[in-house]
Amino acid sequence: MLVVRNLHAKVGNRQILNGIDLTVNAGEVHAIMGPNGSGKSTLAGVLAGRDEFVVTAGSVTFKGQDLLALEPEERAREGLFLAFQYPVEIPGVNNAYLLKAALNEVRKHRGEPVLDAIDFLTLARERMKLLGIDDSLMDRPVNAGFSGGEKKRNEIFQMAVLEPSLAILDETDSGLDIDALKTVAAGVNAMRSPDRAMVVVTHYQRLLNYIVPDFVHVLSDGRIVKSGGKELALELEEKGYGWIESAPAAASSEAPPQTVESV
Amino acid sequence: MTQVATSPHSYAAQFARFTQQTTLPDALASLRDDAFSCFDRLGFPTTRLEEWRFTNVAPIAETPFVAPPTGIDYTRADLDALHLTRLGGPELVFVNGTFAPALSTTDGVPAGVRIRSLATVLAHEDAAAVAVHLGRLARIESHAFTALNTAFLCDGAVVEVASGVVVDTPIHLLFVTRSGAEPVLSQPRVLVVAGANSQVRVVESHAGDGETPYLNNTVTEISVGDYAVVDYYTLVREAAAGFRIGSLHAALGRSSNFSSHIITLGGAIVRNEARLVFAGEGGECTLNGLYLAKERQLVDNQTTIDHAQPHCDSHELYKGILGGRSRAVFNGKIIVRLDAQKTNAKQSNKTLLLSEDAQITTKPQLEIFANDVKCTHGATVGQLDQDALFYLRSRGLSRDQARQLLTHAFASDLLGHIKVEAIRTQLDALLLEWLPVGG
Ligand SMILES: Nc1ncnc2c1ncn2[C@@H]1O[C@H](COP(=O)(O)OP(=O)(O)OP(=O)(O)O)[C@@H](O)[C@H]1O
Ligand SMILES: [Mg+2]
Repeated sequence: MLVVRNLHAKVGNRQILNGIDLTVNAGEVHAIMGPNGSGKSTLAGVLAGRDEFVVTAGSVTFKGQDLLALEPEERAREGLFLAFQYPVEIPGVNNAYLLKAALNEVRKHRGEPVLDAIDFLTLARERMKLLGIDDSLMDRPVNAGFSGGEKKRNEIFQMAVLEPSLAILDETDSGLDIDALKTVAAGVNAMRSPDRAMVVVTHYQRLLNYIVPDFVHVLSDGRIVKSGGKELALELEEKGYGWIESAPAAASSEAPPQTVESV
Repeated sequence: MTQVATSPHSYAAQFARFTQQTTLPDALASLRDDAFSCFDRLGFPTTRLEEWRFTNVAPIAETPFVAPPTGIDYTRADLDALHLTRLGGPELVFVNGTFAPALSTTDGVPAGVRIRSLATVLAHEDAAAVAVHLGRLARIESHAFTALNTAFLCDGAVVEVASGVVVDTPIHLLFVTRSGAEPVLSQPRVLVVAGANSQVRVVESHAGDGETPYLNNTVTEISVGDYAVVDYYTLVREAAAGFRIGSLHAALGRSSNFSSHIITLGGAIVRNEARLVFAGEGGECTLNGLYLAKERQLVDNQTTIDHAQPHCDSHELYKGILGGRSRAVFNGKIIVRLDAQKTNAKQSNKTLLLSEDAQITTKPQLEIFANDVKCTHGATVGQLDQDALFYLRSRGLSRDQARQLLTHAFASDLLGHIKVEAIRTQLDALLLEWLPVGG
């Protein structure tokens, strides 16, 4: 589904990604861990098409297409979704309005009929229930005045409505208490399917107890310095990053996919 | 005397013809004569005048406008083609400043409310009673356009609401302008007298069509009675070649509540003046403005709030969205007189610049003579939030959709203040599709 090859990117004059290789197949869940400032969000941003990140070398294909040649909205319509580490507050834009417009753009692109207000609400309500989200969230401006937890839930809610084929969740767990974390994880797990892939960026293995990854990668200084199975996350939790940061790069991430667990 | 098209002399000739054709009650006849002398003395303003420094009306001064030809063929289809919001209540339509009964409806005017054309009123026996209100707030001495309007006083709208009457349906006054072969000068006059403890909403819509320039020079005078509540809307959607100079004057009675919403969407040069005076204690006013400009449009909003009495509150918020090479001017004057203790005045002007070539000149002007007052003012100028833009696009919205949504969002608090739902709905839609070409 996603093939990243030797990806280099910079912001301003600063080189941040220094050759990322990553292959994500349909049905897989990959976790990306790594110290602050290692480039996790930059990678997510490059994939989503944020224009202040300039790709200086390498390639990315998504469903066989050159992802880097697409505008951010085209990537979204093709099925790429980024749950932001810091969801943007947009006062004056209604959450439901945005989501309906977004969903209908995606549907148009897929050749599906657009939803009217009633069908949209039915769908949205169903997904809100799934995620334990309060109805009133829909009528509020996008993320404006939301608590940290509400913002993260809103991202997952958007994902649940848009049904992307590749979801990148950038620290969706940070700032969530354990109950909220469980709800969010349950929502994410409900979306796991053989034709959908996920990349979960996190600092803590805790989330990975609930969203069990097939692969774990460690990003350091803009490179994947180690890859492994879910037990790597436990090891990192125990020992920190120090022991691998200097280690030679990356075992292959192209190990055969494991069985997908649903929680 | 030779006629010079670009000098007021041509207006002198028109004035001479005009006075022969129309008769007015004595008081108004002398007001009219005074007004023309004022105009003649003042001439059109130039940028040398402080109040016109950033608004060059040379294109208006240099255009030989003529009084509109009578009997112009303007149909309901022409009116519908302008896509103005219709409010379903009483609606007076004016074509080039002249009342068009065939296009108007006064069905559903409640008891205690009179809505008439000024021409009708002037021909009526109570002309003198109405006349006392004309020119009382809109002073001719120092304002050429007001003087010009007053000199050619003949038609417009007169809305009278009796004391204690609450009017549910908004009253709609539509002013449409269209030039024939020559550029026309439309000069309607509006008078609203809201009696004590009455409540009314009035909507003025200004629009035009055609490629030929025109000037819609409007003067509105509003008397808000003691304890009255008046909600006033001015929607400016002039044609691309149209000029509008409009001034709104309101005097607020004791403990009354007046709000003005001036929304500008079109016109080559648009100047909206709003001048409010608290004439009694304890009044409250809201002065809101929204202006969208693109290409080479120029929109100028001038406001004056005169806190002449104590214990009055004023809230003022003007927002501009500027694209292309458009320019906007905002000048907000607040006067707090010596006796106006416990005044609370808040003013804010916010501008969203959608292109690098768009330009805003904003100037607050506070003249405070009392000491126990709360006055705040602020002005901000910003661009679209790039993070928000990316966020919206990352959800699948096109760049243009995202820009429109954020533009609409910028104006959403002002739209939220609009209590006439049909207007709010239409503006919502208009803003969501408004996008200046090339930024
Ligand atoms: N817009 C930007 N301008 C300048 N520097 C940036 C920008 N965005 C990121 N950086 C820098 O790039 C580096 C990588 O940042 P990135 O956000 O990708 O790290 P991260 O791994 O997501 O960190 P965290 O765990 O703290 O979220 C950091 O040093 C950061 O300061
Ligand atoms: Mg990050």
